[in-house]
Amino acid sequence: MSMKLKALLKSAWVFHLSTGSCNNCDIEILDCLTPRFDIERFGMLLVGSIKHADVLLITGSGNRKSMERAKRLYEQIPKPCLVVAVGECALSRGMFIHSYNCPVPIDKVIPVDVYIPGCPPKPEAIIAGVVKLIEKVKKGTEKKSSV
Amino acid sequence: MIYIFYFLFYGFFLTAIIGLLASWIDRKVTARIQYRVGPPLLQPLIDIVKLLGKETLIPAGSSKITFLMAPIIGLASVILVSTLLWINNINPAKSFLGDLIVVLYFLVIPSVSIIMGGFASRNPLASLGASREMKLVLSYELPFILAMLVTVIKSGFTFRLGEILAFQAQNGALVRSWSGVLALIVAIICMQAKLALVPFDIPEAETEISGGVLIEYSGSGLAIYKLMKNMLLFTLPFFLIIVFIGGLRFDGIHLLYGVLKYISLVALMTVIRNTNPRVRIDQVVKFFWGPMTIIAIIAVVLALLGR
Ligand code: SF4
Repeated sequence: MSMKLKALLKSAWVFHLSTGSCNNCDIEILDCLTPRFDIERFGMLLVGSIKHADVLLITGSGNRKSMERAKRLYEQIPKPCLVVAVGECALSRGMFIHSYNCPVPIDKVIPVDVYIPGCPPKPEAIIAGVVKLIEKVKKGTEKKSSV
Repeated sequence: MIYIFYFLFYGFFLTAIIGLLASWIDRKVTARIQYRVGPPLLQPLIDIVKLLGKETLIPAGSSKITFLMAPIIGLASVILVSTLLWINNINPAKSFLGDLIVVLYFLVIPSVSIIMGGFASRNPLASLGASREMKLVLSYELPFILAMLVTVIKSGFTFRLGEILAFQAQNGALVRSWSGVLALIVAIICMQAKLALVPFDIPEAETEISGGVLIEYSGSGLAIYKLMKNMLLFTLPFFLIIVFIGGLRFDGIHLLYGVLKYISLVALMTVIRNTNPRVRIDQVVKFFWGPMTIIAIIAVVLALLGR
């Protein structure tokens, strides 16, 4: 694995975007920063500007207004980057699937690297999802380098 | 030739290593205060390596050259200051007339570079942060220079860092006098503002203007700014140690004292950072031009009276 990716996985700075969630998922994400879970152990930080971020973390059902913004943010995040969708809403629009305001799921608009299901997912589940993401990236680069 | 060695080895590598370590101490102590575990030892270095490997985005409509040059100017001035300080600390005879003033000037340039970068990036929040940084510089510079004046007066009106050090080696550190204590307190609080740490982190205020001046920086620009801040985390306490507490020495037990001096200054900064809320910009100006300046003037008067 290249030095670049190794460092990226050890210091992933997260930008948190809510595309119209009910706010429960957002609170569970903030729980990951609290003393009980403390994701700063793994070098993860929550940043306020998209230009500093490595991980775009999306919650919510992706309504018409906010998906435009989500797309613009995805274009602005410096590559290489990862996208994580948290919560049933972000995965498949959950209970809002028949809503007039949520025409497409998020992964039709921007590529999502890992899906974390739950309504809302527990902080443990979010951390487990991130671990899976890290493993996936590691394996992905191994495959590429062996080919 | 020897100066290039000083420049690269002491000015850059050693300062960067100690600065990164100090920033780790800062984050770890913060985490422990909040009952967390905190980041691993190499985290600041990993952050910088990661940022260097990322894409550098230049916002549309910004002034490109200023935007890219600003972090480099800041870093260069910090390296120069730390080289000067190391040379004086290792070999006091090498100092030249007025290097105290040179150091004071160069210590302002990192702030100036941040202001330049903020205005060049054509982002309203960054401009807001830059203008706040400017007010911050205006407010803390007066008491800081008054505090330095105390040292100059106490050590017999000399502007050479080397002579200040030699004076302290003979007559004991300047903090042993009343004026020295007052000046050191003022200087520590000004240092907190120079480093833009809480309670004076108004230019970067994460929760109000989300990163402020640095908001548009990504990739290597941000990495250089981070490195600059980490190096300042060593350079500024080192300057105060030289000016007030008798410098660092490397023979025998003095090495331990030196490390203790530095660590206690960093720990003090971290504790101030963790036990205070952020203040408003008008409060900062009032605080520095009011109580701080008065304390500094009292210290100067005491120094003139020989106390
Ligand atoms: S997944 Fe559930 S908890 Fe999360 S935003 Fe949607 S409705 Fe709220």
